[in-house]
Amino acid sequence: MSVKLLLEGIDEPDLRTIEVYRRRGGYRQAPTALAMPREALIEELKASGLRGRGGAGFSMGRKASFLPQGDMDKYLVCNADESEPGTFKDRELMFKNPHGLIEGMIIGAYAAGANRAFIFIRGEYAEVADVLDEAVAEARDAGELGGLELHVHRGAGAYICGEETGLLDALEGKRGNPRLKPPFPANQGLYQGPTLINNVETLMTVPYILRMGAAEYAKIGVENSTGTKVISISGNVQRPGNYEIELGISSREIVYGLAGGPAPGRSVKLWFPGGSSAPVLTADDLDVPYDFDSLAKAGSMLGSGAIIVVDDSNSVVDVCLKLASFYRHESCGKCTPCREGTNWTVKMLERIRDGLATPMDLDIMASVQTRIIGNCLCVLGDAMAMPVGSMIAKFRDEFEQHLEEIALGGPASGLHVEASGIPRALAGTASGDHA
Amino acid sequence: VSEPNAAFDSPDGAVRRYGDSRVPGWDQASDLWDDPAQVPDLATTPVPDELRAEIEAHIAKYPDPRSAAIPALAAVQRRYGWCTPEGVQQAAAVMRLTPAYLMAVATFSDMLETRPVGRNTVYVCTNISCSLLGADALLERVRGEVGEDPEFNVRGFECLGACDIAPMASVNGTYVGPIALDEVPALIDQVRAGEEPLPAKQLRRRPSVDEAATKVPGA
Repeated sequence: MSVKLLLEGIDEPDLRTIEVYRRRGGYRQAPTALAMPREALIEELKASGLRGRGGAGFSMGRKASFLPQGDMDKYLVCNADESEPGTFKDRELMFKNPHGLIEGMIIGAYAAGANRAFIFIRGEYAEVADVLDEAVAEARDAGELGGLELHVHRGAGAYICGEETGLLDALEGKRGNPRLKPPFPANQGLYQGPTLINNVETLMTVPYILRMGAAEYAKIGVENSTGTKVISISGNVQRPGNYEIELGISSREIVYGLAGGPAPGRSVKLWFPGGSSAPVLTADDLDVPYDFDSLAKAGSMLGSGAIIVVDDSNSVVDVCLKLASFYRHESCGKCTPCREGTNWTVKMLERIRDGLATPMDLDIMASVQTRIIGNCLCVLGDAMAMPVGSMIAKFRDEFEQHLEEIALGGPASGLHVEASGIPRALAGTASGDHA
Repeated sequence: VSEPNAAFDSPDGAVRRYGDSRVPGWDQASDLWDDPAQVPDLATTPVPDELRAEIEAHIAKYPDPRSAAIPALAAVQRRYGWCTPEGVQQAAAVMRLTPAYLMAVATFSDMLETRPVGRNTVYVCTNISCSLLGADALLERVRGEVGEDPEFNVRGFECLGACDIAPMASVNGTYVGPIALDEVPALIDQVRAGEEPLPAKQLRRRPSVDEAATKVPGA
């Protein structure tokens, strides 16, 4: 029997009200945590082995321990800007159990020594933000927040604001451009103060760790990937949605066992194990255990825990173009390799789609990807380069076959993909007439 | 997101050029007779009371008033339908910032409109998961159904974080999906009539797929 924590009973009616949340044992871990010395709480978090659930997978306890202590203003920011294509776990968690997040934030703020906290939620999640607003007001009126000043901040639609330093700039009221690191947010984050930034799911897991004890929590999952993880699975599967798994189960169990696999008669062509930024894996990799280290060893990453399954009815050229044009649109334009690299990759993919390219262009496109990786302030460019590079490497035959078919006047790809609009870096240059 | 930009791309898809550049106005001298950007004076800028109160309530939440930039612009957009020059001027006056500062933030954000648009927003997600399940056809169908109706703002949008109900759309902020192509006329009629869009298909009514979701802990 697998362990369920975050999703257990999440469909209980009115769980989003404080009464039901309390009846289920809510708001009992926060006072326990606040009664502990801060160091002991951080040790407990470290001992649980909890790794960040937003994408980077960094130890939450260690991150909290990096914050310097002193009289300065310190901040806790919850990253609820869930914009990674394929990811929708935070949406369901916050929407159905907002008080679970608030309790996690009370504990997280204490670990960080922060007295101000913000939930940065993407603007598209307006329905969820309304629920959070209500829950925060309810918790405040009930005296649960204590001295913590907690606000919900709505974004307005920009993927880059999910990057932690881009998020901080956006929260400070600027364009959400990522910052140079170091200094890391733990030292100089929001308003130049020490800042702890955590994903929704990470913070919501904290009360469970305190309830069951770190040692007990660390027994779930596998070494280096402890605990449960909420997986968003979508694309060509029969039962898409959020499933809570114990880390370390086989990926096949998730794709076929839980989500039902592709429609009858179809097979998995490729899958993204951790959001669209993760290098793609093929059907041969379905037996890889789903945990941080095993996926890294297989050449990909767990990322945000979002699996996108693409079946054999789709052209890899279309998927690749769709993916690249997303990153082109979302590149903030600050660093040249990302701004230009994403743009050129889209242009080259359009040439491939239209049959205007040669196989040599595939090499050039692959080389563009290697020149983006590691050369920018943040990893948005890498997030395009890694999956695109992996698709060229693993499906080169199909790219070449596509070019050949068009050259011979054969069928072009079934789905005519349009690259999405102009790059963000250019937005506003044409509409500056009333600025 | 998938909108062709009128200044950059002509309707036939060809790249529009201005002399040697794609950037309109690159060869025109800037107007040196114009005054430098100023923070509008609150005393001489007519700001509706509710708008001012709303922006000031946002400012009060943050240690730095500039943090209220996005909430203030969102308030302007709710009131005027888009970030109108007058609206931005008013927000700038309340926030003690230049309008250009706020426009820089507005142009960065997909949800803030810097040109006139219809009041009813329909964002159709056209990212990977949705497009695998027919989002591009859905967007085309929605566009066809809406036609030239100026009350609508139909956009193809990047991942809206609802791949479990793909293909989906955010209709005036309400998540709806999966939308079949033949449901589109009903959906658009409901929006025109000011009714709830496809009530049975709204995300908020959808239970979780995980088997544990209905199990009450401890029971």
